[in-house]
Amino acid sequence: MKKKLLGTLLSAAMVMSLLAGCGSTAQQPAADAAADTAAAVEETADAAADTADAAADTAADVEEAAEKVEEAAADAGAAGGNISIGFAQVGHESDWRTASTKSCQDVFSEANGYDLSFVDCDNDEAAQKEAVRSFIEQGVDYIIIDPIIATGWDTVLTECEDAGIPVIVIDRTIDDSDKYVSWVGSNFLTEGKAAGEWLKAYAEKQGIKEINALVISGSTGASAQIGRSDGFNEIAKREGWTILDEQTGDFTEAGGQEVMESYCKSYEGKFNVVVCQNDNEAFGAMTAMDNAGVAYGPGKDVILISFDACTAGLEDVKAGKISADFECNPLAAPFVEQVIQQLQGGETPDKEVFMEEHWYALPDQIVEFSIDGEPQKMTEVTDEVIAAQY
Amino acid sequence: MKKTWTKIKQWPLFLPVLSLIIVMAVNIIHDAATGANPLSFFLISLRDTTTSGTILYGRIIDIINRGSEVAILAIGMTLVVSASAGTDISVGSVMSLCASFMCMMLAGYGVSSTTTLAVPLVVGLLCAVVMGLVCGAFNGTLVAHLHIQPMVATLILYSAARAIGLLLCNDLIVYVRNPSFAFIGAFAGPIPTPIIITAICIIVVSLVLKKTALGMYIQSVGINARASRIAGLNSKLLIFLAYLLCGLFSAIAGIVASSRITSADSNNIGLYLEMDAILSVALGGNSLGGGKFNLAGSIIGAYTIQAITTTLYALGVSSIQAPVFKAIIVIIIVVIEAPPFKAFVGRLSASRAAAKGVRA
Repeated sequence: MKKKLLGTLLSAAMVMSLLAGCGSTAQQPAADAAADTAAAVEETADAAADTADAAADTAADVEEAAEKVEEAAADAGAAGGNISIGFAQVGHESDWRTASTKSCQDVFSEANGYDLSFVDCDNDEAAQKEAVRSFIEQGVDYIIIDPIIATGWDTVLTECEDAGIPVIVIDRTIDDSDKYVSWVGSNFLTEGKAAGEWLKAYAEKQGIKEINALVISGSTGASAQIGRSDGFNEIAKREGWTILDEQTGDFTEAGGQEVMESYCKSYEGKFNVVVCQNDNEAFGAMTAMDNAGVAYGPGKDVILISFDACTAGLEDVKAGKISADFECNPLAAPFVEQVIQQLQGGETPDKEVFMEEHWYALPDQIVEFSIDGEPQKMTEVTDEVIAAQY
Repeated sequence: MKKTWTKIKQWPLFLPVLSLIIVMAVNIIHDAATGANPLSFFLISLRDTTTSGTILYGRIIDIINRGSEVAILAIGMTLVVSASAGTDISVGSVMSLCASFMCMMLAGYGVSSTTTLAVPLVVGLLCAVVMGLVCGAFNGTLVAHLHIQPMVATLILYSAARAIGLLLCNDLIVYVRNPSFAFIGAFAGPIPTPIIITAICIIVVSLVLKKTALGMYIQSVGINARASRIAGLNSKLLIFLAYLLCGLFSAIAGIVASSRITSADSNNIGLYLEMDAILSVALGGNSLGGGKFNLAGSIIGAYTIQAITTTLYALGVSSIQAPVFKAIIVIIIVVIEAPPFKAFVGRLSASRAAAKGVRA
């Protein structure tokens, strides 16, 4: 009997924690409704404690109560006449991710006519699928997913389709299902090509004949790593550049530092370009080059190229350390909103929506180049640009 | 001649040192094969830099410098393994938590990037140390007083500590780009500061173990906790103490790792380092079953692991294949040190000696 009682209490606690999760992100009326019903649940749990015999039955009651709360939350959302959106975010592992989350919260605000249910999935792929299912139960109008992994989505997306809820995928991709309306994200291949084409144009301007590049790549197999490597290597091959080595720094500062420290010894005086596949790796590479007495930056021995263009990265561009920084735009929400507006208006949005991205440098490093025949415009790094960056 | 060889072979550090030499030898062979100076891997020179003045420069310096964190962790891990016959798998996460807490204090809560310190550096360092001690005390209480299996007990902080660190840092990477903080991970004169910190840790611990009976007490508790208690030792306190020290060393390793990158990257600081720390204890010829331990062995083990990593970088092994080579080297070293293999080699040489004797 004791065991049953414990079970009931635990499941009640679980429901409570679920409610707490809803309350913090759902809009106010929903949260209120939730709070009321939560009190009811609490009473039910108390009752369970009193009459231990009825414990098993009460467990079912608690579950029913939980369902009611969810319905109430959904109703409250619909009642406002706002478009309700569920967003299952990857987690909060980097500045980039935080910017991505904030962009969604800003764009899909109540003032703009949206009700956003936001779930931070803490890099747990099972939790993410559960979050999507709870969105279906809530009956939201649209679901946004930034998929933690690329596979295993078909069942969940079919459930969304059956419920008639359009799914928009952002940032990372889904490989094993096409039951989503649109994917909004960065074109990593273009970013890699941009770096290559910029280097070609800049080297010509500076009269640099021979390019010997060292690459510190991102986490092996990540789509950003593959795209940026493929894009840059394509240009390197076409131009006949030498890529001396490519090792992974795992997108971290410590990794970039250790790899560069080794590069400085293995290729002493043999390299004139270092490509870091994100800003954090570039920070580490700069420390390592400082400690090896290698001069880098515009006008120095080594050209340093970086990706992401976060605030700290742009500050280093401004300080004349990074020669050029190629942005990976985290602000997907405005592009997602366009897709949603198209859907509201009965139009069919594109299956793939690439976000607009900027290539940053100081005036002396700004050169004209084109990617696959398309002319590119570079952005000069100023204090205003840095302040506006995420 | 033969006698000295037997003596060397009986030296407790023979196998750990041999494995380190094997790893180094790979570099000599590689350099010789590529036509470079065969000893270029071992060359140490002085180099002028604009940021740190004249500093020591060379791959050996890299190994000793980069191996600092694992060496510091290995000290604590050796004590824990000896006293409780279990491992503390939370060290990497605790490192991250201590670093996050320190950087949060230094930068101020919610600040993601700063060049000025919100509190004096000493306060930040103390915060990290206290946090490490608290984590160590938590693990120690669970293992010593509640008799929870070490791996299960430390699993709690293994999964929770990193997350708490993220919470403290407001889910951001906190950058503390301050020269006095960067000093800990940079250079003191020509020598990398982490090397000096590691040396101090090793010297203090070995002195305490040599000059007091602490080392013997910990070993005896590890060999038989009940018998030690009957003999008058406070087993619970000694096991608790081992975990407490392990927490302290995690904090020091966290400070070093965080200062190197002048930021608290809670997701990545100390990631998988618990495995490297446990491996160094094993490579040092210590039994993971507790009891007798050899601190010098663990520390050589830690530098062996770093030597493998640095060697793979030097060889330019593609990053996708690097873990495979690391695994192969570890397998070879572990097999050489395994008791049945030692016994097999012993029998082999004995029978050869016997055959010689018959012929004579």
